[in-house]
This record gives sequence, C-alpha cells and structure tokens, in this order.
Amino acid sequence: MDHHTQDQADFVKRKKDDAMMKYCKKITALFTMILLSTALFAQDKDVSVADTMRSNGRIYVVVAVVLTILIGLILYVIRLDRKITKLERESN
Amino acid sequence: MTDRKNYMYKSWWKIAAVLLLIYTVIAGFLGPVPKLQLLGETIRNLYFHVCMWFAMMILFTVSVVNAIRYLRGFQLKYDIYSRHYAIMAIVLGILGYSTGAIWAAFTWADPNSSILDNFKTIARDPKLIGAAIALLVYFAYLILRDSIQDIDKKARISAVYNIFAYAILFPSIWILPRILPSLHPGNEDNPALDVKNDISGNMRIVFYPAVIGWTLLAVWITTLKIRLTLLKEKKMMP
Repeated sequence: MDHHTQDQADFVKRKKDDAMMKYCKKITALFTMILLSTALFAQDKDVSVADTMRSNGRIYVVVAVVLTILIGLILYVIRLDRKITKLERESN
Repeated sequence: MTDRKNYMYKSWWKIAAVLLLIYTVIAGFLGPVPKLQLLGETIRNLYFHVCMWFAMMILFTVSVVNAIRYLRGFQLKYDIYSRHYAIMAIVLGILGYSTGAIWAAFTWADPNSSILDNFKTIARDPKLIGAAIALLVYFAYLILRDSIQDIDKKARISAVYNIFAYAILFPSIWILPRILPSLHPGNEDNPALDVKNDISGNMRIVFYPAVIGWTLLAVWITTLKIRLTLLKEKKMMP
C-alpha cells in the first residue's frame, strides 16, 4: 500500500516537472536561437562586420553589450508583466 | 480595479518604451557629440545619468498628484499608486546619484590631488547636497509610512507628507544649486544643453526620446508593482 501511494505521488510530481522542463526547454531554445542568429549574422558579412566591430575605437562592442543587457532586462519585465496578467485573470 | 481600459493594461506605451530605449542606446553611443574640454565622450552620459533625474522628477510628480487624488476622495488605490511611484522615483534618484558619482570621479576630480581632497571639493557641491536633501526627505516618507499601523491614517499622513516633500524637492534640486557656485552644469556660466551651441541640437534629438523612454520603463515597472499590490489587497478583502 505504502509503495502504491508513493508511486502515485511520484507520478504527480513528475508531471509537474515535465511542465517545468518544457518551459525551461522553450526558454533555452529561444536563447540558443538568438545566439545562433547573431552568429549567423556575423558569418554572413564576415569581413565587413568584423571591420565595423573593430572600427572607431571599438565603440560598437560597447553598444552590443549595453543592448544585450537592456534587452535582457526588458525581457525580464515583459515576463513579469505576463505573469501578473495571468494572476489577474485567475483572480477574476 | 479590473477595468481593462486603464493605462496599466495597455501595451502600446510599453512597446514605445522599448523602442525608445533601444534608440537611446544606439544613437546615444554612435551619434555625434560636441568635443568638449574635460568631458570628452562622457557627455554621452547626458542620455543616461540626466535621464534618471528627469524620470525621477516626473515620477515624483505623478506620486504627488496621486496623493492629492487620495486626499480628495480617500480611495485607497490612489494611496497605493502614490506610494509605488514614490518608491520607483527614489530608486531612480539613487541611480542618478551613483551614476553622477562615477561621472564626477573622472571629470571633476583632479588626478593630481589625493582622493580625500577630491572628495572634500566634490562633496561640497551644492547640487549634490541639494539632491541628497531631496532624497533623504523621501526616505523619511517611506519611514513615516511604514511606522503607522492603521491603514487609513497611514494613507492620509503620508499623502500630506508627500505634498510637503514635493514642495522641498524642486527648490533643493533646481533653485538652491543655481544660486550657489557649483561645478555641476546648469548654472549661468555653465549651462547644460546650451541653446546657442548648434551641436547640442544633435544631442537633443537623442536626449528627449531618452527621457521619455526611461520614464516609460520606470512607469512600467511601477505599474507592475501596483498591480501586484492591488491583487494582494483583493485577496485580503474579497
């Protein structure tokens, strides 16, 4: 009997984990795609981009870094917004 | 509370905030700036450091407006708005202060004299003292709020205090530093955003969108906090 109930609990837990994993996978996939796309972009115009990124005291590198941080923060805020919207919908 | 027409649930201004901020970063780093003595490329901080202060002032204004709205009808939601806008404005003020400290360390400070001497000169600057007074007044606002248990009393007293704090904000960050000699731009012989200087026109087309973008981002974060608090209130008093 004990064994049986434990199994059930495990089953429920695993199901929840699966949902979580799905979510994590989604996010990982998203970021991989973003990274891949930048890599592709760099390969596409290999020389010219390399030149732009290294010209003008390499200021473009700073722009890229700051943009990445900004976009990361904005994505975080968007996710928070979505979560709160969901909570609001549930409470109504 | 749940009406979908409220600006908090609209998304167009959030998209505008994101676009304006991306524009700010790109144009802010790559756009043309006047070659100024001493400042050099650090003049680009105008799009970041100064915007923090502008956004702070706008948010404090929203906060005081909501405080007055609370006092007119004693609706608790306006007290929640007022509080969260004040907190976000304080955060922006701290960011403005710390970015200003970094900027000053590399422009005002004399590399030949000791750190302590530099600190003595810079810390005496009226603009810095004025900003510190303004922020401390608002810190007191938070302490005052949290020290009162009764919800209605808390809301009333802090709304009234908010109005007084707002009344000291502008004299201490605008008027006081202007009548005293200061290193900070914005004085008669040291203007910020000079109209006569035609190159600063190029900076204006980045600066004004930057102010709007940073303000909208701050408002966005504030509305998230407001929405969470409203949800909590709803759960407590269904």
